[in-house]
Amino acid sequence: MKSITKILQSNNLLSIFLTAGFPTVERTIEILTEIEEYGVDFVELGMPFSDPLADGETIQQSSVTAIRNGMTLANYFEVLKIVREKTDLPIVYMGYLNQIMQYGAETFCKKCIELDIQNLIIPDLPIEVYEKEYKSLFEKHDLLISFLITPTTPEERIRKIDEMTTGFIYVVSSSSITGKKRKITKKQQKHYEKIKAMKLSKPTMIGFGIYNKETYEFACQYANGAIIGSEFIRYVAKENAAQFLTSLKA
Amino acid sequence: MSFTTDQNGYYGNYGGAYIPEMLHQNIQQLQDNYQEIISHPSFQKEYKTLLQDYAGRPSSLYFATRLSDKYGCKIYLKREDLNHTGSHKINNALGQILVAKHMGKKRIIAETGAGQHGVATATVCALMDLECVVYMGALDVKRQSPNVARMKMLGAKVVTAHSGSQTLKDATNEAIRDWINNPEDTYYLIGSVVGPHPYPDMVAKFQSIISEELQEQLMDKEATTDPHRILACIGGGSNAAGIFYHYLDNKKVQLIAAEAAGKGIDSGESAATSILGRDGIIHGSKTLLMQTPDGQITEPYSISAGLDYPGIGPLHAHLIKEKRLDVYPITDIEALEAAMELTSLEGIIPALESAHALGILPKLESKKNEIIVISLSGRGDKDMEAYQKYFKYAKKHPHEDLEKSFLFVP
Repeated sequence: MKSITKILQSNNLLSIFLTAGFPTVERTIEILTEIEEYGVDFVELGMPFSDPLADGETIQQSSVTAIRNGMTLANYFEVLKIVREKTDLPIVYMGYLNQIMQYGAETFCKKCIELDIQNLIIPDLPIEVYEKEYKSLFEKHDLLISFLITPTTPEERIRKIDEMTTGFIYVVSSSSITGKKRKITKKQQKHYEKIKAMKLSKPTMIGFGIYNKETYEFACQYANGAIIGSEFIRYVAKENAAQFLTSLKA
Repeated sequence: MSFTTDQNGYYGNYGGAYIPEMLHQNIQQLQDNYQEIISHPSFQKEYKTLLQDYAGRPSSLYFATRLSDKYGCKIYLKREDLNHTGSHKINNALGQILVAKHMGKKRIIAETGAGQHGVATATVCALMDLECVVYMGALDVKRQSPNVARMKMLGAKVVTAHSGSQTLKDATNEAIRDWINNPEDTYYLIGSVVGPHPYPDMVAKFQSIISEELQEQLMDKEATTDPHRILACIGGGSNAAGIFYHYLDNKKVQLIAAEAAGKGIDSGESAATSILGRDGIIHGSKTLLMQTPDGQITEPYSISAGLDYPGIGPLHAHLIKEKRLDVYPITDIEALEAAMELTSLEGIIPALESAHALGILPKLESKKNEIIVISLSGRGDKDMEAYQKYFKYAKKHPHEDLEKSFLFVP
């Protein structure tokens, strides 16, 4: 078992998002087993949802495929069981709140701990609801949680999110859904600089719109590392994920 | 028992704001300001003037003589179909466009199912000279094409949503994504009592003009503010919220809603949320929701694009839980029959959505001498294709039970 808290203390971290069950359940297991060899520090394994509000077309489409492939939360944990026999790769759970509600939050937490998931990202769980309904439960199970901050989040709220976060802070690079490929703008750079200058107490990872070596390395100057999601999924779909990962660290 | 929201936007257990952080600033800004904006006298004056002079309110309360004779009770129709743009949706669109203007927003986005809210939004945007983008599911673009043409003529951009079941749910997803991408200048003008707080409360307040008028009009005609029962259809539930609003705490008045049973509750093709739904989260709100055991949102079905939604507004979920609201599932065929009945008895062609509310009438027991008010939420021009298909088939096959027919596909 590798402690994600410990990993988050270093820099130039590379994190990859993938949708569980895309393009197939078997391929997900293979990728998770092999991905560490390519210098990936930790993975966000997305539980596919029928209505992912914060996600662009690439992740939506991968979710449709994954759901069609029979991916349920129960199967998600089955996949992890198989993966855990082969690797202690740090895996972060990413998924929308409804599925956790239906599965039962307490059972969900126990299952996570059993399969060495240490950190959660729940995009539609705002800090206000978390504080009231989930904080004590997640703390009881020693589950870390990561919250998002965006270019429109005011400073005061960023401080509050920093206080509530127990894992890393997910710095959303621009005001957009996932999967937009653009050059890094001056505005974005200012946003990165502002966050860095705030000297937050928790580690930060930059995500959304990170899609190649250049954007990854640029983001790393301002945070502990960066997260690549949609672009990785595009490469998985084209069956050259390995080549893509190699290019990031070349 | 209270039927209004608490400060966090909950009706009992339902409601709230389960939103990604990207929407937080916009939602927070609305939450902090909407009550003050809409209760300000100058706002109310402008809003009421527009309702009267532009939308044509008050909408009439019509005593439906022949329909009443048939069912042996006094049936009144609250004629929201007579509003400008042809449905109750204009009440909310006018209110929210004034909120958007007040907040200095330049670009308006909306979702639409049947196209009634899309048309209402495109209309108020033309009126206020604001850019308008309407999201509509691909299936709905096809089956409600007259409304697509209207929106375009009104200057709106209609964006087709191809994801999921290509209906209202998916149009709403796309509108929310647009808002995430355009947080600065854009206002999301939601058409129903759904979505994160404060939308359900704000939309209900703008639609409450319906029951406000009803109380007065009924007093004139029947010397009482209270009917025995009020009937309305529910997709998200905005016309129902509006016509129930001033009666929520008045237990003497029975509130009844029709939801779309599509091809039958057990057919796997329906939108009967109160029967098939469980607590869950959809479009930023905790409510009753049709979903798989695993928490994937189910793709609903109804002949009526406006009722083809897998959730209901949190207010209605709360009313159902507290047993304040009775819900009747009405099938496609029952709605079509009810539409034909109203047309032939009263010369009024209702929207398919409103036809579901009319479909409750044959199912009510012991209604002798009762006063029943039905929300006639919209007119049926947009549904002529579905109606023609139905009555052509029914004429040719007068003895066939269409409910069991394999040949007739509504």
